[in-house]
Amino acid sequence: MDKSRMVPVPSNAIMPERDIDKTPILETHHLGIDFGGLTAVDELSLTVGKTEIAGLIGPNGAGKTTVFNLLTNVYQPTRGTIMLDGKSTARKTTAQVNRMGIARTFQNIRLFNNMTVLDNIKVGLHNSINQPLGASITRLFGYRASEKKSREEALQLLSFFGMENMANMQAGSLPYGAQRRLEIARALATHPGIILLDEPAAGMNPSETAELMENIRRIRDEFQIAVMLIEHDMSLVMNICEGICVLDHGKVIAKGSPEEIKANPAVIEAYLGKKKEAN
Amino acid sequence: MNKLKNLNKFTFTNIQSYGIVLLAFIIIFPLQKAGLLGNQISGLLVPTCTYVVMAISLSLTVGFLGELSLGHAGFMSVGAFSGVVCAACLQNSIASDPLRLLIAIIVGGFFAGVAGLVIGIPVIRLRGDYLAIVTLAFGEIIKNIMNCLYVGFDKNGIHFSMTSAEALGLIDAKPILNGPNGAQAITKISTFTSGIILIVVALFIVLNLVNSKTGRAVTAIRDNRIAAESVGIGVTKYKLTAFIISAVIAGMAGALYAMNFSTIKPTKFDFNTSILILVFVVLGGMKNIPGVMIATIVLYAMPELLRGFASYRMLIYAIVLILVMLATNSSGAKQFFEKISSKIKKDENADVQNGGVSNG
Repeated sequence: MDKSRMVPVPSNAIMPERDIDKTPILETHHLGIDFGGLTAVDELSLTVGKTEIAGLIGPNGAGKTTVFNLLTNVYQPTRGTIMLDGKSTARKTTAQVNRMGIARTFQNIRLFNNMTVLDNIKVGLHNSINQPLGASITRLFGYRASEKKSREEALQLLSFFGMENMANMQAGSLPYGAQRRLEIARALATHPGIILLDEPAAGMNPSETAELMENIRRIRDEFQIAVMLIEHDMSLVMNICEGICVLDHGKVIAKGSPEEIKANPAVIEAYLGKKKEAN
Repeated sequence: MNKLKNLNKFTFTNIQSYGIVLLAFIIIFPLQKAGLLGNQISGLLVPTCTYVVMAISLSLTVGFLGELSLGHAGFMSVGAFSGVVCAACLQNSIASDPLRLLIAIIVGGFFAGVAGLVIGIPVIRLRGDYLAIVTLAFGEIIKNIMNCLYVGFDKNGIHFSMTSAEALGLIDAKPILNGPNGAQAITKISTFTSGIILIVVALFIVLNLVNSKTGRAVTAIRDNRIAAESVGIGVTKYKLTAFIISAVIAGMAGALYAMNFSTIKPTKFDFNTSILILVFVVLGGMKNIPGVMIATIVLYAMPELLRGFASYRMLIYAIVLILVMLATNSSGAKQFFEKISSKIKKDENADVQNGGVSNG
């Protein structure tokens, strides 16, 4: 890893003013899911703008990952609707929802470990490459052109994350931080309108986290897409998110800008517990 | 430099695979033409080619798709009997044997593909053990259907029946498929050359598929189904595609196999045959196509060549199987082989022999 990437953690002060497109790409209305008698998520209504970085935070077991699973239709919601760019995602499969424009990463990294880094990205590019089965089998009918295109596009994405020198390594043998980056790159390869990152900074040291923050901003700026992330690292969330939603026990307890969330008594209570009456 | 390395890895497998086929052809073809091969070995040539194709086909399902299929002989059966019927119907209209064989193989592949689609739609939604059990059941169902299928051909065209040969109502003709007796009086048109060509075709399809968009999707599904779904890959579609391609290749192998014998019975394609092919694939190393081919050749030819040992031959076969598994999997045996090889190296023997058949 070269020294130049070890950027210091930016403070709030240097956070630039941006023109953020707040027209919603993702909206949920009164979303909820029950597992048997347990209500895991309830009455979740949130909006993410087209080039907004949104944070979803909350204590452990609050239902954050369940929300991601609902948004990607891994679970079908019991109540409520999800609108992606104005279209409902009800009764779609996970793969169809991805094609509609939601990409995601996972809390416990899910790469194709036995494939090369390059092939991982190529799998992500799957739906944007036109190569019919006949071309796959015969290596004719535009096989070469489509393979070349996918290779170029994959290398381009890898270079965005500074990983082009790892292209031919096995994904499972990469160091942890690189695996996280690869998973994000693979998600971006599906050309999403919004990318959901599930604890992208988990297990990272401060310099890696700072680099990740820079990357998330670059993703939004260069790809012009929305980012929604679950994270426990508050300095990351407060630094890069424009809108934050706090979940506790499956319910939204606060929504707003980082400043509003920091000052919100309900959030402090959820994280630190109630102040004693005697004090 | 990296690019070159990567390219080499793919082409290396390809060169190895095609090389084995070419080598076998170069060695055996002149011997066969010169009549130097005994009756027994000549008789083994086409079946061996068939089983190599079957093993390549099954390694697509088991190795690359990662699903255990125990009914692969069923597809072979569909291909065999539809191929026989096709060849018999065309007996008088097409004089050229190779052309008739080609059409029969294509027809066999087509019908096996249809069977693969019909079976695949329900089966492919299952996973692991459940899929294995259901494919096993379908293999048996195909065998039993073939067991009571009567097909005949006369000047009025083709006749089907599920009850008896008489129900066909044939005029001046014998039934082609005669229920439990299977196909009789088949014109033997399969040749060693056609077998080799079919292996090359099967290799071409499978090896190309693996390094393509479809192949990557299939491998991704096996590696991590949830992640594959999350990047927009329709899991059912690609599993079904691989399953059908595998069935088509098995059907083509079946047609070639049937046309090598004068009679063939439906009970030939039973559970044992499916397991036999699975043994070739597993011992060859699942995804390791060259290994699978070598394992098939050795393990298929061996019991036949051991016929001299009469009733002991299956015993020897079993012992060899166990030894191969031990040699490739047990840590004690591995250490033993490493010791030997390091000793050989110490003795400054430049040529270290590769001990086993399968190292995958």
